Amino acid sequence: MRAAERSAAGDAGAIETGAERDVWQLLARVPDPEIPVISIVDLGVVRYVRRAADGRLHVGITPTYTGCPATAAIRSATREALDEAGHRDALLEEVLSPPWTSDWVTPEGRARLAAFGIAPPAAASDPATGPVRCPRCGSLSTGRISEFGSTPCKAHYVCNACREPFDHFKCI
Amino acid sequence: MSPASVAPARRERALNEALFRYVLRLADTSLVLGQRLGEWIGHAPALEEDLGLANLALDLIGQARLLLTYAGEIEGKGRDEDALAFLRDAPEFLNLTLAEQPNGDFAHTIVRQWLIDAWQIEVYEGLSGSADTRLAAIAAKAIKETRYHYRFSSGWLVRLGDGTAESQARTQQAVDSLWRFTGELFTPDEIDERMAAVGIAPDLPAAAGRFGNRVDEDLRRAALVRPAAQPHPWHGKRGVHTEHLGHLLGEMQHLQRTYPGVRW
Repeated sequence: MRAAERSAAGDAGAIETGAERDVWQLLARVPDPEIPVISIVDLGVVRYVRRAADGRLHVGITPTYTGCPATAAIRSATREALDEAGHRDALLEEVLSPPWTSDWVTPEGRARLAAFGIAPPAAASDPATGPVRCPRCGSLSTGRISEFGSTPCKAHYVCNACREPFDHFKCI
Repeated sequence: MSPASVAPARRERALNEALFRYVLRLADTSLVLGQRLGEWIGHAPALEEDLGLANLALDLIGQARLLLTYAGEIEGKGRDEDALAFLRDAPEFLNLTLAEQPNGDFAHTIVRQWLIDAWQIEVYEGLSGSADTRLAAIAAKAIKETRYHYRFSSGWLVRLGDGTAESQARTQQAVDSLWRFTGELFTPDEIDERMAAVGIAPDLPAAAGRFGNRVDEDLRRAALVRPAAQPHPWHGKRGVHTEHLGHLLGEMQHLQRTYPGVRW
């Protein structure tokens, strides 16, 4: 999936250097500030890590939602992780285009969301999404309570079988 | 500067000034509506709607930040998003008059939201293909949020309109009272026309048709009646506002007005 992400970021086919691989692994250990069970790489906000012609590492991150308060926290956590690993001269770039989509959440990220009790997103490109599966009991008999939830990336659902409320990662 | 290059330089400056004002209009509409929605926090009819309105506000303020930052760069006088949001007075705000209208009851808030969501869908869709790549990137990002907002606002419009006699009457009243501000949404002025001519902004009259179809279909599903078109003496996007904006800014800019230059 990370390969697919890199391809979406436009550098498919580029030969990955050891340093680039190290940084991907490093950032895969930086938790999302609001949903710490997944990393910022799982969330799909790390768009590229590449050694540019200027010899420096360029790391691209993109916001999930324009107003998401976690964006600043993700930026500083990424900077801190890079600095601590000795990549002080790495350039952290914020990119807007192409816009983030929940389709970029990795399969590992989806599994972790479900295990944590958050129903992972369905394909955003598919308007006829099926029912949302309850992350607790697995029932497909669920209903939406609200399009919105406790963070910009989640909606509020309830399971008709086990009667538990749960969060569903918005498909956008 | 040689006489031959004066005219193009002046044209360039005039285009830049028009772009600055065009981007401010988009930014201010999002910012003012976001601030209005924030007034609901802790007061909405149910916790879910409280969260919903706060989430809409958050997205709108996020869009406003991107647009204000860009406007400041276009202007080139060193004003950042904060300077533009907190250090301008009402006549310098260029938001749509509809955005500054008070929340009223929940039906008023939903109708205002639904109209602006439907307007933003047309504008952002058009801007996604803008000749201005920065605006295109911001619009491509914002349109995804706006479509989601529209799902919320049009869903509530139908539920309220096609609901009880009470909710139906209140929602029709909201439509009747806010309709007079819709003329401004798609009536182009010289800035809109200039931006459309150079491929930066969408053609408003063409978008007006799509907006009308969408709104009519939603009103039909909501069992509500579209009021007759009215002439609009409202010119928020030219800085001429209803009295409500001043009060909104008084609250939003309270800290900077009380302690000028204070920093977080």
